[in-house]
Amino acid sequence: MTTDTGVSTTAAAAGGRVRDAAIGTGRAGDKIFASAARGSGILVLALMAAIAVFLIWKAIPALQKNEAAFLTSEEWNPNAQPPRFGIAQLAFGTVVSSLLALAMATPVAIGIALFISYYAPRSVAGPLGYLVDLLAAVPSIVYGLWGLLVLAPRMEGVSGFLNSALGWIPLFGGDSPGKNSIFTASVVLAIMILPIISSISREVFLQVPRAHVEAALALGATRWEMIKLAVLPYGRSGMIGAAMLGLGRAMGETIAVAMVLTFVPGINWHILEDGGTTFAANIANSFAEATETGRGALIASGLVLFVITLIVNMAARAVVARRKEDA
Amino acid sequence: MSTLTTPSGDRPALGGSIGAVSAGRKIKDRIVQALVYLAFALAVVPLLSVLWTVLSNGLERLDGTFFYYSMNGVGGRDEGGGAYHAIVGTLEQVALTSAIAVPIAVLTAVYLVEYGGGGRLARAVGFFVDVMTGIPSIVAGLFVLALWLLTLGFGFSGFAGSLALTILMIPTVVRATEEMLKLVPNDLREASYALGVPRWRTVCFVVLPTALPGIVTGVMLAVARVMGETAPLLLTIFFTKAINTNPFEGPQAALPTFIWEQAGDPNQASIDRAWTGALVLILLIMLFNLGARLLARMFRTVSR
Repeated sequence: MTTDTGVSTTAAAAGGRVRDAAIGTGRAGDKIFASAARGSGILVLALMAAIAVFLIWKAIPALQKNEAAFLTSEEWNPNAQPPRFGIAQLAFGTVVSSLLALAMATPVAIGIALFISYYAPRSVAGPLGYLVDLLAAVPSIVYGLWGLLVLAPRMEGVSGFLNSALGWIPLFGGDSPGKNSIFTASVVLAIMILPIISSISREVFLQVPRAHVEAALALGATRWEMIKLAVLPYGRSGMIGAAMLGLGRAMGETIAVAMVLTFVPGINWHILEDGGTTFAANIANSFAEATETGRGALIASGLVLFVITLIVNMAARAVVARRKEDA
Repeated sequence: MSTLTTPSGDRPALGGSIGAVSAGRKIKDRIVQALVYLAFALAVVPLLSVLWTVLSNGLERLDGTFFYYSMNGVGGRDEGGGAYHAIVGTLEQVALTSAIAVPIAVLTAVYLVEYGGGGRLARAVGFFVDVMTGIPSIVAGLFVLALWLLTLGFGFSGFAGSLALTILMIPTVVRATEEMLKLVPNDLREASYALGVPRWRTVCFVVLPTALPGIVTGVMLAVARVMGETAPLLLTIFFTKAINTNPFEGPQAALPTFIWEQAGDPNQASIDRAWTGALVLILLIMLFNLGARLLARMFRTVSR
């Protein structure tokens, strides 16, 4: 659906400008329809602004009552009297789990994209691509259920092995590797962001100029050398953008993480041990019991998440867009 | 694609004098090939595992009771109980979401393609539609909580959930519609203008109908996507075990929140209900997905 955007965009844009100059009927219906369309576009912008404004507005009262340092405290007791809450643990869990997920998913996703674009026989490439897209169609609540009841019990052995083999690395250290750990959560996240990274990479690979590919092959390059010479350099920024979009997705994922993790207060650098939470998971888990201040505190933490994902997404879009201009 | 990728195996046939691919390069090529195949296998394993466990565990409770009864008065340990209230809730919320999101999204796409003309506003809208696809779903829920429930004072309701889902649905539909509108040949527009048809009638009666199958496909895929969203619903529709067919008043259930609720209860009867809920949800989503793809295949007339 989104394969040949580059060409048609410019064509449509150019056509639009010509029409602007040539045909302006000025009839009432035209004006109404044009302003309705324009209004919808503005509404989308207003919606983005409104999200920021209302989150800030509803977060301020809770932040004023807060007795702990919002950015650096590890506590999360917004329902207590006086309320004390900080986002340090949430930020830690979010960043570590999504970076770990990214590290696991990116190589696999690019491998999948290469497989479908250059290795699989053409007749099965389409259906195989659809199969990978199916991963994206599975809702996150189902991943959560699967992660909790199927994956987590099996991760116990993996975590134990990693702990005994790589325990000298602080991240994999600790005395009691468990199953409801940040590590398990990031495996689930990695599976969930695979399809988005691989589908965008695939789109980029489709745009690699045929001449580059053919030139490499004509020089006697093997398939891997052709990919290394022609495909990967061309697709680099696209792949970086894809990975960043995956990162944004992983950071905002709520339900699957909330179901897999067991909450233990305090930052724990041993990611194989039970415990940890993220911005989104914390909101889902503590909303039902939250008081008024508690809701404000959750909104404040959601605002931080919103800002972080916004930055990551805008940077990713900028990277992808720059590639399109280069092409 | 297959024409390009000559397998390295039949290259020596070109003539030995040019020099065959050295063993080292060949081995490297083979290793990478193995890794790429492995990567694909790695993705398929969890997919099959998810689908298999949902299917095998979900079939257990896939019976009449599940579709005809709610959870009203059914305890966590009790057998029986169903998801009627949740299925009704999900269908109503998704219908409301589509009713709000589709007109806004289609008009926005029309603006971007037909009226924006690459101006500054159009570029800003296009950029923020892209950014909007990356909004975490829980943030959409928090926004509706802050605006609709805390500021305007409404209570939990299915409609509040629809508002949150709308924010998630708009960008997907805008992108899909935009792609389809760009595919409509300019000749059609010009022919219409040449007949003296005003621009808005050209858009409504020439451009949009031509792109309609593609737009419907995009909408169905977007519906399938928002149907599985859980996080925003937790904050906006809350929980109920009883049937509530009025989406505008009182907490409503939905299939995703039903699964969340049942999975949080550590009894086998509840876990079984959660699996069946997951199966029904996946089946609904697949139905929309397949429908969308069939539709796209049947009407693949719009292309240059």
